[in-house]
Amino acid sequence: MRVALFLTCVNDTLYPDTGRAVVKLLTRLGVDVDFPTAQTCCGQAHYNTGYRHEAEPLARHFSDVFRDYEAIVTPSGSCAAMVRELYPRMGARARTEGRGDTLERVLAPVVPKTYELTEFLVDVLGVTDVGAYYPHRVTYHPTCHGLRALGLGDRPRRLLRAVKGLELVELPGAEECCGFGGTFSVKNPDVSAAMGADKVRNAESTGARVLCAGDNSCLMHLGGIMTRLGVGMRPVHIAEILASTEEAPSA
Amino acid sequence: MSTTRPGTPGPPPSSRPDPPDFPAFPRAAHQAVRDRTLRGNLRHATHTIRAKRAKAVAEVSDWAALREAGKQIKDHTLRHLDRYLEQVEETVTAAGGTVHWAVDAEEANRIVADLVKETGQREVVKVKSMATQEIGLNEALEAEGIRAYETDLAELIVQLGKDRPSHILVPAIHRNRGEIRDIFRSEMGKWGRPAPEGLTDRPAELAEAARLHLREKFLRAKVGISGANFVVAETGTLVVVESEGNGRMCLTLPETLISVVGIEKIVPTWRDLEVFLQTLPRSSTAERMNPYTSMWTGTTDGDGPSAFHLVLLDNGRTDTLADEVGRQALRCIRCSACLNVCPVYERAGGHAYGSVYPGPIGAILSPQLRGTASEIDASLPYASSLCGACYEVCPVAIDIPEVLVHLRERVAQGGPATRGGNKVVLRPAKGHTAERAVMRAARWALARPGVLRGGQRFVSRTRRFHPRSLPGPGRAWTGTRDLPAVPAEPFRDWWQRTHGGKEGPR
Repeated sequence: MRVALFLTCVNDTLYPDTGRAVVKLLTRLGVDVDFPTAQTCCGQAHYNTGYRHEAEPLARHFSDVFRDYEAIVTPSGSCAAMVRELYPRMGARARTEGRGDTLERVLAPVVPKTYELTEFLVDVLGVTDVGAYYPHRVTYHPTCHGLRALGLGDRPRRLLRAVKGLELVELPGAEECCGFGGTFSVKNPDVSAAMGADKVRNAESTGARVLCAGDNSCLMHLGGIMTRLGVGMRPVHIAEILASTEEAPSA
Repeated sequence: MSTTRPGTPGPPPSSRPDPPDFPAFPRAAHQAVRDRTLRGNLRHATHTIRAKRAKAVAEVSDWAALREAGKQIKDHTLRHLDRYLEQVEETVTAAGGTVHWAVDAEEANRIVADLVKETGQREVVKVKSMATQEIGLNEALEAEGIRAYETDLAELIVQLGKDRPSHILVPAIHRNRGEIRDIFRSEMGKWGRPAPEGLTDRPAELAEAARLHLREKFLRAKVGISGANFVVAETGTLVVVESEGNGRMCLTLPETLISVVGIEKIVPTWRDLEVFLQTLPRSSTAERMNPYTSMWTGTTDGDGPSAFHLVLLDNGRTDTLADEVGRQALRCIRCSACLNVCPVYERAGGHAYGSVYPGPIGAILSPQLRGTASEIDASLPYASSLCGACYEVCPVAIDIPEVLVHLRERVAQGGPATRGGNKVVLRPAKGHTAERAVMRAARWALARPGVLRGGQRFVSRTRRFHPRSLPGPGRAWTGTRDLPAVPAEPFRDWWQRTHGGKEGPR
């Protein structure tokens, strides 16, 4: 199977460890991963801030880069949701605006082939025990787009429960948004930070040292609050936990 | 009486009141998140009702089907609203009622004030109603020398406290018991029967104080004013669902009943109520069935009011209906489930939304009903992290995040809209010029992998010089959060250097 890693612009720039973890994990599971270097950004920030027309060329570019792969895997619930949920909507809007079905047709091939990482592992590869080892107490925050737009359900938790040495503790108020919300975090900084601080306090109350999620943008926001509040926890992307083994443990 | 019909271009909106003069959402929220009492009151109340709703909804095995049915009934009605409105006029008139058409708030207020004056009365009792809050009816009547008494417990608290409602279902959600006791003690006497001596903050005592205070108003009132949850087109029947029984009093005791109802409240048939009378109470108060469901059809000799007036209110609804994406907001049945699950509402409070419609539904309703010209209305579409919890609980499946993003586009980029029945092309709102430039530049760079890589390398190689706090607009991030550490190289450089980790250390 020709599998492409869509790392996302945020991970590519700020979280290369997450990218390396996905490559390591998928390679270990026998998947031949490619990283098409022409990839950039799915256009989510543009779209959600009200710049749909600016997002369209980015979506076209995404399709140009990825359309020939059999599967596109991304370690981001919100970017996966952008492709799966909002690309079709963008195409349909262009049609109702009298611009024909070109955009719809261009975007259609990538929509069903795009998977969030945990979805790809559980649904496509059919694994929940990925042979990982991570001897830490971990609490998991289901990020909103993974939870509600993609309906990831208990897939991430099933993967985490199968990790050797990992103690998974439930996060109180897990399904509540962390307050990141893309440009919301800077357009409404007070509410965003208040939501983030409540999330961090809830995570802290579990006694876990690691807050795990499937979206580094949410973790960037929460991690920034953790260090500001001086909380003894750190944010870790689920890919880095699943990639960690006894032979090559990640921190 | 006006003959202007919704669906046809009305008179120029010169008679509309000025745009609301509230601060933009982020500024109002800035105060609210620091108010510990408010945060505590809201957190307690929303979390309690949130859990109860989830339980009440989980009991219903065909909830998803009911939700879909509710959506489809509303969409069908809205698609044929012109026809159903005329049917309502016919059936209500045939049942002995009089139908009035109001294109905006001012016209509706004038109709109601004139009707009250015709009775010779100077006071009215009111059933809790969002439509009359929306048009500011109490204030308009006050200006005409008519006193309107709110009889819903929470609306009474708001009225006595000279306050604004902050929630659709529980307008005084921002108040705790101690605050309510203080308001009753100091204010009730000015409006009628004073609070009993030694009133405490026990809920039973507070309710009894309100009951005694209101009873004399019910028994004296000759005019009642209500809204309606539904209007059944086939028979001209109006429906009010409530918990306290004050509504039943107002709907049955007075001689004249005036109901102000938004044009989107119509359902075609009684059978359609089957759906909403299941979904509304469970979504709203988390009850299997609300305690009082009052239905009336015109007038009946010797029973209830002898005169009945229905004021059908447009006030921006026809404009909203013209918008393909935004019109789904008109499905709303005012249950307030979206407020109770909203993490933004929980922290900012209802007043920050600058409208009688707070929370997620308010954030998509107000900028459509009122337009996006004012500071508050232009800021409301951004008052959401797009977490989607509101859409998940909405009993008529309004995709609130979709409409929010659509309205963000209208604010940031302008574009076609309908205002006052006329098609217009809106200009982008003020204050988005820099953002627009940034977005355009980002799109340009992100459509070119080479440019993106250049930017990434620049960020990586200058990382030692990155400040901990950012100046200017960057403070919105670093005021409360640290910046992430920038890696030595972006992923794509590592990938090319090591051929995907196949060479060199991973």
